[in-house]
Amino acid sequence: MFNEFPETIEIDLRTRVNDAISWLLDNFGGLFDFIAAVIRTVLLNLEDAITWLPWPLVLGLIALLAWTATRSPLNTVVLTGLMVMIGMFGYYDLAMITLAIIIAAVLISFIIGLPIGILAAQSDKADAVIRPLLDGAQTMPAFVYLIPALMFFGLGRVPAVIATVTYAVPPLIRLTNLGIRTVTQSAIEAATAYGATPRQILRDVQLPLALPTIMAGVNQTTMMALAMVVIASMIGAEGLGQEVLLAINRIDPGRGFEAGLCIVALAVIIDRITQGFADQYKESIS
Amino acid sequence: MADENAVLLECRKVSKLFNDEGNTQQVLKAIRDGVGKDEIQEKLGTVVGVREASFKVHRGEFFVIMGLSGSGKSTLIRTLIRLIEPTDGEIIIDGEDITKLSEDGMRKVRRNKVAMVFQHYGLLPHKTVLENAEYGLKTRGISWKERREKAQGAIDRVGLSGWESYRPSALSGGMQQRVGLARALSHDPDILLMDEPFSGLDPIVRRQMQQEFGRLQNEEDLTTILVTHDLDEALMLGDRIAIMRDGEIIQIATPDQLVTNPADDYVASFVEGASPARFMVARSVMSDDPLTARDGDSAESAVEMMRERKIWSTFIVDGGNKVQGVMSWETIQRLAQSGGTLHLGTGVRKPVTCDSETPIDELFPLVLNTRHPVAVVDDRGTLQGMITKNMLLEALAHDIDYDEEDPESKPDLVASEVETSNQPSNEVTSV
Ligand SMILES: Nc1ncnc2c1ncn2[C@@H]1O[C@H](COP(=O)(O)OP(=O)(O)OP(=O)(O)O)[C@@H](O)[C@H]1O
Ligand SMILES: [Mg+2]
Repeated sequence: MFNEFPETIEIDLRTRVNDAISWLLDNFGGLFDFIAAVIRTVLLNLEDAITWLPWPLVLGLIALLAWTATRSPLNTVVLTGLMVMIGMFGYYDLAMITLAIIIAAVLISFIIGLPIGILAAQSDKADAVIRPLLDGAQTMPAFVYLIPALMFFGLGRVPAVIATVTYAVPPLIRLTNLGIRTVTQSAIEAATAYGATPRQILRDVQLPLALPTIMAGVNQTTMMALAMVVIASMIGAEGLGQEVLLAINRIDPGRGFEAGLCIVALAVIIDRITQGFADQYKESIS
Repeated sequence: MADENAVLLECRKVSKLFNDEGNTQQVLKAIRDGVGKDEIQEKLGTVVGVREASFKVHRGEFFVIMGLSGSGKSTLIRTLIRLIEPTDGEIIIDGEDITKLSEDGMRKVRRNKVAMVFQHYGLLPHKTVLENAEYGLKTRGISWKERREKAQGAIDRVGLSGWESYRPSALSGGMQQRVGLARALSHDPDILLMDEPFSGLDPIVRRQMQQEFGRLQNEEDLTTILVTHDLDEALMLGDRIAIMRDGEIIQIATPDQLVTNPADDYVASFVEGASPARFMVARSVMSDDPLTARDGDSAESAVEMMRERKIWSTFIVDGGNKVQGVMSWETIQRLAQSGGTLHLGTGVRKPVTCDSETPIDELFPLVLNTRHPVAVVDDRGTLQGMITKNMLLEALAHDIDYDEEDPESKPDLVASEVETSNQPSNEVTSV
């Protein structure tokens, strides 16, 4: 008799979630439209700007950033070379589109994640609420984020950015929280002793000293965004991810390999440059 | 300055407990009942950081808090501006009980009245020396131009000119502490709080900083509270020293009182290494029962007294105990033989005087240059005590370890006194 789980105690969560989503859509449709419009504007402008740049200028820019961030001729050559490789594979345009989506996602993640991280750092109660949510979010399969994004925003780049942000923002929140909480007590005490308000302490002491950790968070968020962009191509994000998806659908391993390599190259370029700046800053304050 | 002797900061039975959730009142009662720190910690699980600390610090004073590691010095100095909230008691700064102030009120006190120098400097590592030095002014909302000016002045005073645009990490420990000092000075505080500011420095730099600081303290007209466990530092800089043990203040005294008169064995062991003579002043050497007579007293009775006390001069004082002169044994004896009385006239000399805070090294020339005792007087000329050569030597003798077994090794001071004072001399008198 225990072969069948009794139907009488089954919980029907799925209809409730669906109901909740349609209720939200019915009642807050305007809000979602507004969010979508904002993100679309940001994204389009970014894309325009990036694709407007002539490619030699982009290469020059990458070389310049790589040099100022790492101060290493080898790194500069390798990172610029990776971009050249992307171009040689014929994926320059798609890479720029992907870059635009990533920059937009990281920007939005930063705008959302930083205040939440600060809140979690300053209130143990908020931390107690936020922490399990982040834990849950990070164990959730990335695909799951596509569903609500799709439901609320339909197909296209906007839901792709939103799914990417949802997936990529937790490390930024986590590390902002950690960074602020681990700022040396002596600096905070000194500022307090000289009559600083909590806001002044945040601005003058906690944020600047947590910055290396926050930058590590931004770095992680960027890497996760890059990973998510591939998945988000399933709901219509253009760019390198779409190439991978096409390769899978058409069983074209060569094409998928090229596109995958380009994503890795992009990841390395972004990672090295942001990490380099973070290290430099860290050096200067310790 | 308004009033030299005004109390600027006062602690009234300030206590600070750690881990006192739920049993604060119980622990405070145990403290009032005199239960010891260890017992409270064992039975109630509460750490007594500071225990009913009471003291007053006057305007312009240099107050030192001393004690072993863990005795609660840092906790106490931090409660003074509520960097640590006191559990009980009152802290009065400039007539205002700051324990009752709101967050905002407390910030005003921190911005306008006090500045603190920390053991581990507490500098902001991402800001330059100049930005660190001006930080207190920045929280106060002083204009950019003014705070640059003031911070620059403070940096110059602590001898860091030329380092303005460096980050603290580029500086040595001693220089970083100067930045901390510059930040405090530019803040222009009434009260300067310092928690072991020199202890992170190597001995040579430490001495140098201490001396510089002693100079600054005089120039800047500061009221200072200094925490240290360096005895020499305490004795060199402090006007008064509070000794702490287990969170409790067990003695508050001037350096010389502390050295010559420790309250108990703990304090004694603390000041053991100090040479008392270095910190003696006239007050700690003098006899507060000087030999005096009035104009018109009988010479006969004066002679009696001098014989009795084996002191061979008498001060002549008026009704208000004001010193009018000093007469030698020979003069008075001559008067006694003719059955006369003492009177101001021939044979009455002007005594050499000093005040009660005259340090011992300044006493030597005074005492040696007169055959009479030196009169210790207050600023109105009232006689407070006298110092003979004998007393000076005895005070110093206490500072020398005699071989207790051998009484012969102790010089016979009384005998030598009689001898010297009977010698005829060409007396130098001073006013
Ligand atoms: N946050 C805290 N929680 C629990 N106990 C504390 C706390 N801070 C200090 N104490 C205790 O209070 C007592 C006094 O500490 P405090 O730091 O004031 O000593 P101190 O005299 O400054 O010592 P040191 O010379 O080592 O700096 C110690 O017993 C210490 O263990
Ligand atoms: Mg301490």
